[in-house]
Amino acid sequence: MDPDPKKSKFLPSNLLNSNGSSHPQSLFPDEVLEKVLSLIDSHKDRNSVSLVCKDWYNAERWTRSNLFIGNCYSVSPEIVARRFPKIKSVRLKGKPRFSDFDMLPRDWGANVHSWLVMFAKAYPFLEELRLKRMTVSDQSMELLAKSFPHFRALSLSSCDGFTDDGLKAITTHCGNLTELDIRDSVTVDVGGGWLSCFPEDFSSLEILNFSSLNSEVSFEALEKLVSRCRSLRVLKVNESITLDQLQRLLVHAPLLTELGTGSFLQELTPRQYEDIESAFGNSKNLQVLSGLWDATSFYLPVLYGACSGLTFLNLSDAVLQSGELAKLLAHCPNLRRLWVIDTVEDKGLEAVGSSCPLLEELRVFPVDPYDLDHRHGVSEMGFLAVSRGCRKLRYVLYFCRRMTNAAVVTIVQNCPDFTHFRLCIMNPRQPDYLTNETMDEAFGAVAKTCTKLRRLSVSGLLTDTTFEYIGKYAKNLETLSVAFAGSSDRGMQCVLEGCPKLRKLEIRDCPFGNAALLSGLKKYEMMRSLWMSSCNLTMKGCRLLAREMPRLNVEVIKDKGSDEIQADKVYVYRSVAGPRQDAPPVVLTL
Amino acid sequence: MEKNGVGSLETELRLGLPGGGEVEIKNEKKRDFSDFYGGGENRNQVVGWPPVAAYRRKNVFTGGKMYVKVSMDGAPFLRKVDLSMHKGYSELVKALEELFGCYGIGEALKDEEEKCEYVPIYEDKDGDWMLLGDVPWQMFTESCKRLRIMKRADASGVGVHAKDLLKALSKEE
Repeated sequence: MDPDPKKSKFLPSNLLNSNGSSHPQSLFPDEVLEKVLSLIDSHKDRNSVSLVCKDWYNAERWTRSNLFIGNCYSVSPEIVARRFPKIKSVRLKGKPRFSDFDMLPRDWGANVHSWLVMFAKAYPFLEELRLKRMTVSDQSMELLAKSFPHFRALSLSSCDGFTDDGLKAITTHCGNLTELDIRDSVTVDVGGGWLSCFPEDFSSLEILNFSSLNSEVSFEALEKLVSRCRSLRVLKVNESITLDQLQRLLVHAPLLTELGTGSFLQELTPRQYEDIESAFGNSKNLQVLSGLWDATSFYLPVLYGACSGLTFLNLSDAVLQSGELAKLLAHCPNLRRLWVIDTVEDKGLEAVGSSCPLLEELRVFPVDPYDLDHRHGVSEMGFLAVSRGCRKLRYVLYFCRRMTNAAVVTIVQNCPDFTHFRLCIMNPRQPDYLTNETMDEAFGAVAKTCTKLRRLSVSGLLTDTTFEYIGKYAKNLETLSVAFAGSSDRGMQCVLEGCPKLRKLEIRDCPFGNAALLSGLKKYEMMRSLWMSSCNLTMKGCRLLAREMPRLNVEVIKDKGSDEIQADKVYVYRSVAGPRQDAPPVVLTL
Repeated sequence: MEKNGVGSLETELRLGLPGGGEVEIKNEKKRDFSDFYGGGENRNQVVGWPPVAAYRRKNVFTGGKMYVKVSMDGAPFLRKVDLSMHKGYSELVKALEELFGCYGIGEALKDEEEKCEYVPIYEDKDGDWMLLGDVPWQMFTESCKRLRIMKRADASGVGVHAKDLLKALSKEE
């Protein structure tokens, strides 16, 4: 479809198969090869395809239209532009995950601008840009808005650096926009004026998510926008939108499949109550529901009419009690994914177990992560109750203040299909509260029983035994997060030696030192990245790693007041682009 | 508010509120991370732990505004008030009186404490309930998590002495 300059036809040498002998029958027309390859979407499959032979490498690079880069520093924009000429959509990730927890300096990097400059030159037909943990300035947004006439979709997850002006450029100039999603991005400096800058005749929007926006938007502009955009299927507003305003929006958009409400607390007249109730009753297509700030038992019932088709209920902004949750869940038999705050307590989780047999994912967030009062929140009892009723559970994120080995063993027996098991016992190094033993057996059971396990976060009092178990049994493990755990270098070594599919390893406050770090020399090139902070690493060990492995970038951030020897925060990642040029002074590249 | 039967309650003073909700005035210092890290008053001194992403931490100070929730005994709805909009207690109290249409709240802050019908209290960052007006305004706005306007008559048992207790406790800190 695109006017392609015809690339050179392949020479007879391509008749040779991989071990060099000629095979006349293997003339495989490029057109056929390209046609077949263009049906492959998965970037992992494409990466495999490109390794088969030179033909396939070339056919693959000409047919790749979706670009995924898991670490923006692993490759340079120039290299990318040279290899892939026809990219239409880009997914780019920047900072290491621990930046979410304030562990990186503000100006650490992952600025998207140099990528956009390259995209503007090499990919004028770019349609989609999805960024995670990257810094996006207003200048970048303006460049984006003006460089790509076909641009349709912008998604910014956990990004920062932009203000109202940047978003205004997008809404003013991107006439074909179908998706604008700023999710959980930092919006401290972002006003709401951008929403009013969509042109009067603009109507193509299908996805709009500004749930994390801290400012008010013009409701008048929003209402007009929603009523014009007849294809709108995802609408997630912020807390500034009230219940009666929401009702008016719902009336304009009955076909929504995903809704994020605004504030759910407002004094409504009986008439208004009926109206919002009926608006929800008419939203028969809703599959995903979120928002619900300040929802209480008085107003939750207005939702009930929309709940029968819900597959994902995100209550992580709604501080609910157990009874309120139980009543709500009784109307949601088809839930696959549920996010809640731990104010629902174990009793609320019992309701989850009894009402949601199809549940596959549960996330329980702490209402007050810094509260040391052990009497609140959830415990092993709630998790057990869910595991008994929800046998299809495969993803869990569970913040709690007490846990036992016995409970975890039972839980994974009930639910052996876990692919993601993230357990956070919030007090560091806390033992099994009943037996006072370490939690080694708990995570041993997880590793042994859950053969499909891809992601694991451990917590509680743990010795090297836990890591021996992980290295021995967790053969599909790709991501491991460790904090305040382990007894010696051996722990980390077991994991590095034993987990063949390990891609991301993040460690903090563990007694792992240079020996452990260096035991993974060969492994790090097969991984995306390694993070180690507040461990026992020294500058000497890091320098050694950097010297031995030139294709790894080894970056060290020293804490204030730390001596010359300690390497406080270490970030190691493979890269074909060499050391990065944009590191701030506090980041030392070895 | 649900009651948990767990935990030792002998040393804790209580004010009864309608609906069974309880306000616990803590008079013992809570354990904090210093138990693990040997020292330091700041209980949040372990950076980035627990690993809850920044946007999830209920940050009351959003875009310069300081919204806190206000509940009043007998009123079915919670209200919100923006502390950054007021320069001192008297302004705040006036706003509260308008919000709830009740004009006795201000009495609690004046000297004639024993006579007023309402006792305005607030929960601070440490989870302790404090009497409104005890600390300097600036300190208050930085530590206030939420407000509650109790009816003195409903503070069962302890009643009239509640304020003295709150005052005494706050002086202990």
